[in-house]
Amino acid sequence: MSSHSTAMHQHQFADAKQQIEASMLGMWIFLMTELLLFGGLFAGYVVYRSAYPEAFAFGSSKLEWPLAAANTIILIVSSLTMVLAVYGAQVNSRAMLVGFLLLTILFGAAFLGLKVVEYHAHWIHHEVPGFGFRTDWEAPVQMFFLIYFMLTGIHAIHMIVGIGLVSYIIYKGYKRTYSPAYHTPVEIVGLYWHFVDIAWVFLFPLLYLVGAHFGVGE
Amino acid sequence: MSTENIVPRKTYLLVFAGLMVLTIITVIAARFDLGFINTPIALGIAITKAALIVMFFMNVRHSSSLIKLIIIGGILWVLILLVLTMIDYATRHFKDSPYQKWRIENVVSKKQ
Repeated sequence: MSSHSTAMHQHQFADAKQQIEASMLGMWIFLMTELLLFGGLFAGYVVYRSAYPEAFAFGSSKLEWPLAAANTIILIVSSLTMVLAVYGAQVNSRAMLVGFLLLTILFGAAFLGLKVVEYHAHWIHHEVPGFGFRTDWEAPVQMFFLIYFMLTGIHAIHMIVGIGLVSYIIYKGYKRTYSPAYHTPVEIVGLYWHFVDIAWVFLFPLLYLVGAHFGVGE
Repeated sequence: MSTENIVPRKTYLLVFAGLMVLTIITVIAARFDLGFINTPIALGIAITKAALIVMFFMNVRHSSSLIKLIIIGGILWVLILLVLTMIDYATRHFKDSPYQKWRIENVVSKKQ
């Protein structure tokens, strides 16, 4: 296979290695802005939870933690299939690249499917902030649910974007665009996917497990 | 990141197993009411899992120093955001706000 010196690169870069470095750097700077987007919401969470720990434990006990635990495992498996897809690109195996990316999408869709089940139950029980929001809950419990929907909603939007990005990589990978010398887009979409996984790693204990020792639905 | 240092699949599988074990531990720990220790355990495990994903799945241990610096900078900004916000909220009293009124009436008074 071709090495860095013979691989194609844009004219503004000295060589392909520098081009890869620039792409990775740009992606990491973007991911750090994403970190601060979630960080702002977490700051709201910390402020209100420190003021109303009992209300947050009560609100958390109203969430289905077993579903979220299943989703945590699904996302970790999808991160594994994502790194194996990158490995496939590195060893020039189109079957591994496309196959593991398809599995990644499958697990991503399974995650969103469970999320729909959860959201649907909240909708039926009038637990969604807005018109028809439960009035028998105190304001701090309502605040917990607002923060819950903001955090998990923004996370779910990231999952949908991730599935779109992986679909694009599957299409390009199927057309043999990537090689051991050039597969930067695969690596970059992988970084995005892992970042969304990390966001859930923090959402799961902070939203679902705070009230888990009360048992499901109290 | 480049063709010369491909991470073996065994490494990925070991990290995956570690993430699974940590997930199970965090769920088991949360099922017991350990008082104030619950949250530090949950956060400690979450940070460990995030570190495993960043170092191995995102391959930062083989990334350039510049990328490591960007990540440290990002984490530092989040800490500034959280710590400075809490310094304010933890040391001031907003007794006139509806939330503090609710807390004084329903939580503080019941404990006394």
